[in-house]
Amino acid sequence: MPEFSSLETGQVVAQREFPVTRDSLVRYAGASGDFNPIHYRDDVASQVGLPGVLAHGMLTMGISIQPVISWLSGSGEVVDYSVRFTKPVVVPASGEALVNVVATVAALDEENSKARIDLTTSFEGNTVLGKAQAWVQF
Amino acid sequence: MLNPEIQGKRYPRTRPYTVGLEKLREFSAATFGNTADGFVVPPTFPIAIQEHSLSLVIADPEAGLDFSRVVHGEQRFIYERQLVPGDELTSELEVASVKSLGGNHMVTFNTEIFDKQDKLVCTAISTLVVRGEDA
Repeated sequence: MPEFSSLETGQVVAQREFPVTRDSLVRYAGASGDFNPIHYRDDVASQVGLPGVLAHGMLTMGISIQPVISWLSGSGEVVDYSVRFTKPVVVPASGEALVNVVATVAALDEENSKARIDLTTSFEGNTVLGKAQAWVQF
Repeated sequence: MLNPEIQGKRYPRTRPYTVGLEKLREFSAATFGNTADGFVVPPTFPIAIQEHSLSLVIADPEAGLDFSRVVHGEQRFIYERQLVPGDELTSELEVASVKSLGGNHMVTFNTEIFDKQDKLVCTAISTLVVRGEDA
C-alpha cells in the first residue's frame, strides 16, 4: 500500500494495458447511457466522416484512472480528475484496440498530503489524452 | 447554431437520481475496474448525473446545441466526497462560457451535483466543441 511520504516526483507508480473491443463499447454504452451510434455502428461513423467506430472519450477517461485506483488500494482517494480529449481511439469490428496507461507522480503538496498523478494514455503509439491529471488525497 | 447568448444561463435542478450499488458495479466493470465487495466507486460515474442536466440544454431551443456536431473537448470532476450507494443526487448546470474559435464554438458547462441534504458532492466541468455549419 503506497504511503505519501515515500512518493517522489517522476516516479512511475502504475502501468497497465487495456484491450478495448466493440464489446467494451457496447458494455460502456449500457452502463453510462451514452448510446451515440458512432460508438458501435460503422455505417454511422463513416457517414459523419470518422476514421471508424470510436471509443467514448469518457470510457478512455474512465479506464485511465483505473491503474491509479489499483495502485492506491484504498490508501488515498481521487479528489480532482481532469483530461483533454486530443485523439480518438478507433476500435475495430473484430480484434481489439490496445490502450496503454502510465501513471507518474508529477507534483507533491506536502502540506496537504496530496499528490498529482499524471496519466499518459496512448493508443498505437500516440497520446490520446492531454493534461490528464488526478489529484490524490492521502 | 449554438447561441452565444446562453453564456451565464442556469438550468433548473434535475429530479433526484438514486445511486444504486449494482449500477456502480456495472459502471466499474464497464471501465475495467474492480467489482468485488468494497470496490471503489468509479471516479467518472458522475458523468451519468451530468448527463441529466446536459439533456436540458439539448432540449432547450434557445441554446441551439446540435448534438450531432459535438465533440467532447475536456472533462473535469472535483469531488467534495465520494459517492455512495443510496445517494439521492440532483444537479444544476450553468453555462460557464461560450467561445468562438475559427468557425467552431467551445462551450463549457459547470454542473454542480448535490446530495439529499443539499450539500455539494461533486462539480463536473465539461467543455464541448461544436463544429460550425461549414466545418
